[in-house]
Formats: sequence, C-alpha cells, structure tokens
Amino acid sequence: MKISGRVHKFGADIDTDAIIPARYLNTFDPQELAKHCMEDADADFPKKVKKGDIIVADKNFGCGSSREHAPIAIKGAGVSCVIAKSFARIFYRNCINIGLPILECPQAVDAIGEGDEVEVDFETGKIKNLSTDEEYRAVPFPGFMQDIMDKGGLINYVKSKV
Amino acid sequence: MGMTISQKILADHAGKDFVEAGELINCRLDVVLGNDVTAPVAISEFKKVGVKQVFDRSKIVLVPDHFTPNKDIKSAEQCKIVREFAREYGIENYFEIGQMGIEHCLLPEQGLVVPGDLVIGADSHTCTYGALGAFATGVGSTDMAAGMATGEAWFKVPESIKFVYYGKLPRWVSGKDLILHTIGDIGVDGARYMSMEFTGEVIRNLSIDSRFTMANMAIEAGGKNGIIEADDITLDYIGRRARRSFKIYRSDPDAVYCDVKEYDVSSLEPVVAFPHLPENTRPVSEASDVVLDQVVIGSCTNGRLEDLETAALLMKGRKIHPEVRAIVIPGTQGIYLEAVKRGFIEVFIEAGAVVSTPTCGPCLGGHMGVLAKGEKALATTNRNFVGRMGHPESEVYLASPAVAAASAIKGRITPPWEIV
Ligand code: SF4
Repeated sequence: MKISGRVHKFGADIDTDAIIPARYLNTFDPQELAKHCMEDADADFPKKVKKGDIIVADKNFGCGSSREHAPIAIKGAGVSCVIAKSFARIFYRNCINIGLPILECPQAVDAIGEGDEVEVDFETGKIKNLSTDEEYRAVPFPGFMQDIMDKGGLINYVKSKV
Repeated sequence: MGMTISQKILADHAGKDFVEAGELINCRLDVVLGNDVTAPVAISEFKKVGVKQVFDRSKIVLVPDHFTPNKDIKSAEQCKIVREFAREYGIENYFEIGQMGIEHCLLPEQGLVVPGDLVIGADSHTCTYGALGAFATGVGSTDMAAGMATGEAWFKVPESIKFVYYGKLPRWVSGKDLILHTIGDIGVDGARYMSMEFTGEVIRNLSIDSRFTMANMAIEAGGKNGIIEADDITLDYIGRRARRSFKIYRSDPDAVYCDVKEYDVSSLEPVVAFPHLPENTRPVSEASDVVLDQVVIGSCTNGRLEDLETAALLMKGRKIHPEVRAIVIPGTQGIYLEAVKRGFIEVFIEAGAVVSTPTCGPCLGGHMGVLAKGEKALATTNRNFVGRMGHPESEVYLASPAVAAASAIKGRITPPWEIV
C-alpha cells in the first residue's frame, strides 16, 4: 500500500497529553477526539489537518499514558501515517493494535520539513520526499506485527484464532 | 546464560525454559486491568471478538477511578458501560465507588497482585506492581480486550537495565527522589522498551510504599516495567493480603544487562522535576524561587499511607500558606480510613488543606483541582507534561510528599528542613 500526504512536523517527546488532553477522555468517539487532536502541541492542528496528511516527529513520540484515545484521535483526524525517530512503547503497541501505520526513520525525520509532500510505501518501507526528491528507508516491522497489521489490528487477528 | 527476573517471569508464563531479549512470545496472564477511561474502549473491542465469556472472571479487575465519583454526564456514561459489563460478565473484581481507590494503590492492597505474576493493565502505571516482584506493564485498550478474551498477550522480551542504589539515604529523601533522580539522569526515554531492575542495599531497606513509587515511574523513563525482587519487606506486606499462592523469582548472577547504573545516595537531596518533563530535575534547594498556587498530595505515585504520614508530620500544628490551595487525596478507602484513625486527616483539615475521596482527579487534569492559565502547582504525581493538570499554560512541578507539604506551608517550593 502506498500513501502520500502533506507533512506536519513536531518536536521530541510529544506526549499523549499533547496528542489528546485528558480533559477530552470522557469519550472515545474518533470524530470527537479528532476535534482536539494535538491541540496542546499546536492549537491550530485540528483545523488545518487534512485527510491523508502525515505527522513527522522527533524521538519518543507518544510517551506518557496508555490511552488508545491518542492513536484513535490521530486516525480520526485523517492522518494516514506517523513517521518518528522513535516511538514510546505503549503508543507503538497501540498503533499496531488499532491499525494506524507508523514508521521509525530518524534520517527521514531530519530531512523532511513542514509542509513537504511525502510518499510512503509500507511494503518496502520506502519514504519519498516529493518536495525534494529524496528517499529514505524505514525500519520494517517484524513479521509477527506485520501479521496483526495485515489483519487490520489485534481484534481481527484474535478473532481469526478463537 | 542466566536470566533476569523479568525474563524468568515471562519465560514461565510462555511455557518456556529460556527466553532472550528481543524474542516475541505469547504469555498467559494472571491479571488484566482496566479503568473508567480505558475499559469502555476495551469492552467495545471485546464485544467484536465474538466470545461469550471472559477467559477468567476472577482475573479481570475493573476500577473506575479517573473521573469518579462521576465528574460529568459523559464520564457517568463511561462508568456505566464498565459497571454493566462487570455485572453482565460476572467480573469478580469490580470496585464500585465506596470500595474503589486509585487502581495502582488498590490492587496490591487487595492482594490481587502477588510476586511472580504477569499483569497487563490498560493504564501506563500498571508498572507499579513491579514493586512486589511481579512483571507488570501498561498496554492499550485493544490489548486489554484481547487479554480479557484469551487470557494471553504478546510480548517482546525486553532488555534490562540494572539500577544499583548504595550508601545511606539522607533524611527527607524518599523513593520519589530516587526515581526522579534516576529519570533526571537517563532521560524520559532512557529505558525505552526496557526493563528497569531496581536493586542494591538502599532498595533492600526501602519501605514497600517507596518501592511502589519507584516502580510506578518506570514508565516516565520509557520503561516497559520496573521491578524489585521480593524479599522480607515484600512478604510482610503481601502476607496478610495475597489471595493466591505465589512464586518468588530472582535474577541469576550471570544474567545479562544492557547497562548497569550505580547511584551513591548519601549526598542526594529531595528532587523536584520542573515543567514540562519528569527529566527536568533539580535539587530542591535550587528550586525555592518558584511561587505556588496549588499543592497536590496523592495519586498512584504518592497517595499511600507513608506519604500521608510524612505530609501530616510536616503539617501538624502549621497552616497552609493563605495563597495556596492544598489538596490531599488518599489512594484508597483503606488508606483513607487508616489516615483517619491515625489522626492525619485531622492534621490536614486543621492546617487548611482539603481532603478528597480517593480519585485520580487533578493528576490528569480531570477534576478536583484543575489549574487555570498561568497557575503553578507542585504535585506528588508522576507527570508534568504541558496541560497535564489543566490549562496548557499552567505548570506542574513534581516532588515528594515531604517537599509538597513544606511547600504548601511556605507558598513556594521549600526543602522540608526549612520548616522543622
Ligand atoms: S493517579 Fe494519575 S497517573 Fe495514577 S492512574 Fe490516576 S491518572 Fe494515572
């Protein structure tokens, strides 16, 4: 699967409170959550994000709480993929489990700028910056996790086994 | 080649003799936990799996603690989903208002986690139970859903870092200060994906409540779990409570660690983490120009009896600064009752603090002490991210109960020795 979209860039250690503040956790409706996605990191983000856009962030993206509301909010906002230097572990796990594509690629993060158009090929892990014509390679998923992703998340995976 | 305590617990629960770091394994679970924020999502996912029952009604624990007693209509609806699910599926360990407490204070107190357990919880501070020599880790709601259905979860066996604390712990330096100091040293992703094993003479003499505080904040260094081998102090705590038999695991002398960190604690001071990351630590004596609007003593990090005892000791016969709102939140009903019996609650009220029923409340900016724009709070909680306790332009400073109590009295961040 290939996707392409416009990049929104964020810094290091973007925590789950910045992705979706706790004050909105009294619901888990993706559209409701999307209205406040990233608002404590960039108040205008919910207004300017468009379907298919890509988040590119520095290290330790998604640190903090285990709230699945964080990747749900990002997915709900229409974001097609998150590329970071590294992800916090529960967030990483949650993305796989709900089927939000994520890629770890420090080199891409350093090179890609705000507003760049980027194309991602999940099968090969190839990231192409259409604005600068550069290419980077992401660390691919281990097979077991790819399996869960391919089935559309952990619940479908479990369903196919019970 | 030897194994660490974390490897051993994982191996046993995967039915293997040996596991190595990086290996992907499927494990049997002893406890699956959720709260009023994460369980509703898990329940909705669970229903999609299409099984008629949960894997074991005695091994699922549901605790509505974040926005309870119900903060507003939406949170009331969330709690209702959890309550109805608990009734419909006969979940034995559902804790209603009146019995409940902050989950990570409650489960150990109720004897629901024992040494050697493998626990997942849809809450990042599930790592708290590592203080009992269990492998406990936070997951998301979907993992919880799958766990409730199958009694299993997948894990990548983590590498371990060994943290050795030695020397003589100075007066007023607690488990909170040790863990803040450690996070200050290695950073908020210093143990990302890893197991943090706390050991050394200081840990062996550390109270169980301080151990809970340390394991609790493993996640603040990005850790998968924090763990302390069970010893006499653990057994003393668990003995009266344990609802199941248990097994004590210890790391082999030739276990492999990816790093070993050693700390001489003898010259440590209480530590304060400045906004907006737990790694921004400074000794308390370098923090005393910060003027405060609010002080919070509570949370799954420091809402236990020892914490309230320390705060009461410092507040006794003194008054909260007139420009500070001091909020004290016992972690569970049991802790609350014991604090009443020992006279701590009277001390707090006479000092001018408010005491709340057990709840997460202000720790996550939920209710019971949300901050306005520009306000500063010192809290015994675990996170000081932007907007964590309210307005995105408010600030949270993290510290121990001793520093919190002294600061509430002085109205600015204050070392405990300044007031006694
Ligand atoms: S007290 Fe705070 S950190 Fe602990 S479980 Fe509640 S919200 Fe989470």
